[in-house]
Amino acid sequence: MSDTTMKPVDVVIIGFGWTGAIMAKELTEAGLNVLALERGEYRDTYPDGAYPKTLDELTYLQRSKLFQNLNKGSFTFRHATTGIAVPYRQIGAFKPGTGVGGAGLHWSGQHWRVLPEELKLRSHYESRYGKKFIPEGMSIQDFGVTYEELEPHFDFVEKVFGTSGQAYLVDGKVVGEGNPFEANRSSHYALPPQKVPYTAHLFQKAAKEAGLHPFVEPSANASQPYTNPYGCQMGPCNFCGFCSGFACYNYSKASPNVNIMPALRAVSNFELRSNCNVLRINLDSSKKKAIGVTYVTADGKTVDQPAELVIASTFAYNNAHLFLVSGIGKPYDPIANEGVVGRNIAYQTMSTVQMFFPLDTNTNPFIGAGGTGVAVDDYNGDHFDHGPLGFVGGSPAWCNPAGVKPISGIPVPSGTPSWGQGWKKAVKDSYLNTVSFDVHGANMVYRDCYVDLDPTYTDQFGQKLLRFTFDWKDNDIKMSQYVTGKMLDVAKAMNPTSINVSVKKLGDHLDLRNYQTTHWAGGTAMGTDRKISVLNRYLQSWDVYNVFAVGSSVFPVGIGYNPTGLATALAYWSAKAIREQYLKDPRPLVDA
Amino acid sequence: MKVIGISPHRRHFLRAAVTAAPAVVLIAAAGVGMATNTPPAGAFKPRYFSPAEWETLSALVDRLIPASDEGPGALEAGAHEFIDLQMNTPYAHGGLWYMQAPFVASAPEFGYQFHMTPRELYRSGLAGLDAAVQKQFSKTFAQLDAAQRDEVISALEKGTFNIGEVPPATFFGQVLQNTKEGYFCDPQHGGNKDMAAWKMIGFPGARADYMDWVEQYGKKYPLPPVSII
Repeated sequence: MSDTTMKPVDVVIIGFGWTGAIMAKELTEAGLNVLALERGEYRDTYPDGAYPKTLDELTYLQRSKLFQNLNKGSFTFRHATTGIAVPYRQIGAFKPGTGVGGAGLHWSGQHWRVLPEELKLRSHYESRYGKKFIPEGMSIQDFGVTYEELEPHFDFVEKVFGTSGQAYLVDGKVVGEGNPFEANRSSHYALPPQKVPYTAHLFQKAAKEAGLHPFVEPSANASQPYTNPYGCQMGPCNFCGFCSGFACYNYSKASPNVNIMPALRAVSNFELRSNCNVLRINLDSSKKKAIGVTYVTADGKTVDQPAELVIASTFAYNNAHLFLVSGIGKPYDPIANEGVVGRNIAYQTMSTVQMFFPLDTNTNPFIGAGGTGVAVDDYNGDHFDHGPLGFVGGSPAWCNPAGVKPISGIPVPSGTPSWGQGWKKAVKDSYLNTVSFDVHGANMVYRDCYVDLDPTYTDQFGQKLLRFTFDWKDNDIKMSQYVTGKMLDVAKAMNPTSINVSVKKLGDHLDLRNYQTTHWAGGTAMGTDRKISVLNRYLQSWDVYNVFAVGSSVFPVGIGYNPTGLATALAYWSAKAIREQYLKDPRPLVDA
Repeated sequence: MKVIGISPHRRHFLRAAVTAAPAVVLIAAAGVGMATNTPPAGAFKPRYFSPAEWETLSALVDRLIPASDEGPGALEAGAHEFIDLQMNTPYAHGGLWYMQAPFVASAPEFGYQFHMTPRELYRSGLAGLDAAVQKQFSKTFAQLDAAQRDEVISALEKGTFNIGEVPPATFFGQVLQNTKEGYFCDPQHGGNKDMAAWKMIGFPGARADYMDWVEQYGKKYPLPPVSII
């Protein structure tokens, strides 16, 4: 069937974003011959982040320079199992990446760990509030790994990323004015916290006045020159305002390209092939062992690549697509509530509070960095008593001046027309005189929110698109409304002329038009019970023992923070299991 | 507060230049009170839009972001020229959008589900707009006075002014988005001439280095914008 069969390798890695790069580094260190296949083109700081070419809002954001080209393939969406799904035809609510570095090249740099209770969400809520507290149809479950087990990996990831931040607890001792809700750490952040831009400073002051506990966010935008454990170098962030959607021109934002690739280039047992789109993982006749992958090259040739070990490290939901088209694991059926692949898809809730101030306030919103800002965690996770409130989950909130660029939309007071003289005057008066912050929350998982293969639409290779069945539920909207209401006290403490609040109302549907967040998770959940997980606690397929999956697809539930910190720590956790257990004796690491 | 922008004289010159070109439209419009200035040498010649389309598009963007003492209008910024240049990019051919059939009408939350590319949308929408205006007002869109044009645009926005195959709100959304892009983009794309729209709001463009300014809370950033050209 294929045009060519390549020489076998020890490991093939599918997708070269953060988790693929981490796996490549770990497994080359273990002495294996590692091949990474990336569907998109080769990318690096030069030329993709070259100054000044990269500072072009139209090309990068409106024309999606570093994002997935939907013309070649997309996704379909419906709100309920009874509906007909239609394609996501234009980039809107989320911005999937493609190319070497993946979304890790154009992410913002918000670098969080995870709340320990979110790793054991079901058991935590059941033990604190009783089993009846969890609503019917909410399918939350535990990761099967604890914060204590992951802590060394969180610590190492922060050193690889050059993460800037202020610790609160190190070795059980309070060490500074960090996040008092943060779990214990084995060491400080790699770098001191970033400087605080004006809007975040105003938020910090107001949050304190409102009785909350603001802290400077952990940021993968380096606050100082830095050399990571791999010998890769970073320059200090200069707050250029072009993080999210852009390749950093300054070697300041951590990316696989800046923080891992230079080390991989120096070893002979690593190969990266870009423009190689993997169609499927191939299995032997027993269906319990993978024999390699089949991919398509830029000139349309089909290539078989034999490998002893296969790592699926595509972006979030794409791992579920890969498993579904490869016949790995049983597809999820929401009616029978059986099967696992595609189950427990999670997104994130978002609300935004915008405050308008008098002329000449000069909040200078063009100054910023993607991971920089001030956050509060008082209403994240289970940091507050959910008992009387009747919902599961919470939201961190942060003022994150990432650089407001004019085409993407300048906040204007509500009631402003969308065009004409009224719009123009409001834009002129508002641009330098606005503060905005986000309530960026968890989204629980539900029995009827999942992904499967679309019956109608296909991609450029004729493969079925991934179909999302997903909508907001009352639990998550109640949570978002509650936290947003609390955060309005912070907004009022800033004493603005007017305030805009965008928060979902009960009954609101998932809206794909305007950007929300790219943080999808789930589809190939990890866990301890193979009836409700695709992977065991080491991220190894229950069904095909020489296939591992990494990335946010392995989260069995959504989390409040941005997912990169957890996804990368879990990649190191899985790599350790491969190096220390699997390679000595390739087999299922957990008895099913 | 100091008004930044183009002098009234230059604004008049620019508006005359863009609304008057090309000559064939000028002759047709002369009888109904349009400006009769001679197009200056080197004036922009649209490559995609026909003379009639160009006149209608110019009249549309002129009202979406009108000229005023506060800053440039869309025509002064060259937003319409930007849109014409964009028509020859992969984007306008639908090259960035998933365009596989079937196209199914669905709730607005699912986003764009119409079968046309931007090029097709402009071609159909501009002709449809003129035909609908002709029927109601016995004039082309560009021949309407400002208040009438605003009335028509508001109806497009609300989806109540039928322009043929393209849903009116979809057409409105496309033109408004591209107009704002042409207004605020880097000048390398043919819009935001003289970076005047950036000067109006105080955006420094591609300076992209604020190491020394990040902690100067509340101070006005002193440097004018730079472009990547």
